[in-house]
Amino acid sequence: MTQFKGRALSWELKDGVIELALHRDPCNEIGSLTLAELEKFVSALERMQNDAHALILYSTLKSGFCAGADLRELYQWIQQYGQAEVAKHAREYLERIHAVMNALDSSPLTTIAAVQGVTFGGGFELALTCDLIIADKLARFCFPELRLGLIPGYGGIPRLKRDLGNAVVRDLLLTGRSFNSTKAQQIGLVSQVVAEGDALLAARATAKQMAKFDRTTAAVAKRFIKPIPHEELRREIDIFCELISRPAVQAGLKKFVESTDTQPYLP
Amino acid sequence: METAEKTLDEILTLAAAHFKVPREKLSPDEDFFKALGIDSLQTLDLLTKLENHFRVELPDYELQGVTDFRTLAAKIQARL
Repeated sequence: MTQFKGRALSWELKDGVIELALHRDPCNEIGSLTLAELEKFVSALERMQNDAHALILYSTLKSGFCAGADLRELYQWIQQYGQAEVAKHAREYLERIHAVMNALDSSPLTTIAAVQGVTFGGGFELALTCDLIIADKLARFCFPELRLGLIPGYGGIPRLKRDLGNAVVRDLLLTGRSFNSTKAQQIGLVSQVVAEGDALLAARATAKQMAKFDRTTAAVAKRFIKPIPHEELRREIDIFCELISRPAVQAGLKKFVESTDTQPYLP
Repeated sequence: METAEKTLDEILTLAAAHFKVPREKLSPDEDFFKALGIDSLQTLDLLTKLENHFRVELPDYELQGVTDFRTLAAKIQARL
């Protein structure tokens, strides 16, 4: 299947480039629906990758690349399963999302996240699976999970630590503040900063350049320089599941879901 | 060094241009959420615009509870 149009995302393979577009309102929150379609994409990716050299992830929504996990759905789980059972369901969910993220991270294609606006939590973690992040001037990156009494659960901490080091992880994680794209480029997170709304154009131009390289060499180079931090990813799942059963998490989620605050994202 | 008044004026001009609101309709002590008709995600756009324009970093938590342009200007002025 070289093209697909789903409710949360779509993809198309054209001229050796696979473009995966996120388009779930309000800001591509990742819940069961997005996960199921991402799994479908990963299966298709295996079949498409022999005819491609690059993969671009982007959002069609002006609000941003992705605001992270679907917290309303997470809150519903806690209501539905109760605190005793929620860790079990969270683990099953995280195992699935980690399988998707690891498949993207280790894809032999050169992968680019073209981001604008909000790139928070799980959305930031999705972008971190890519080899390059190209951001427009309004992009912002954040791990806001601590405000809910959680840590990022989609593999973000080990991947950011792998790419940039522990100090950056601590700054983002422990303060919950967000970085703009200029700052993100200064610390080496973002490879190119472009004008508002131009991230996809820049990603396409970059993907075109990649077509000039021998695919086997590019894939070998990537595998050499970008190991998957499996051990830390496993530990992340364990910690997340330990934390999610606590009453403080339920209280934090309830506060977020019921908030009418104009700045609910603020830690 | 920018003066506090100049900083405030630049914020009003920038916000008006980005959110397409007539500049003369914005006043320093107004609630910018209401004046600009913006939600929390658009507030992040405003924050980014201001950081880029003034070349400063404004940690999000410093803006918690800030709703008027004058207080916002003071926060930026403190980092210039």
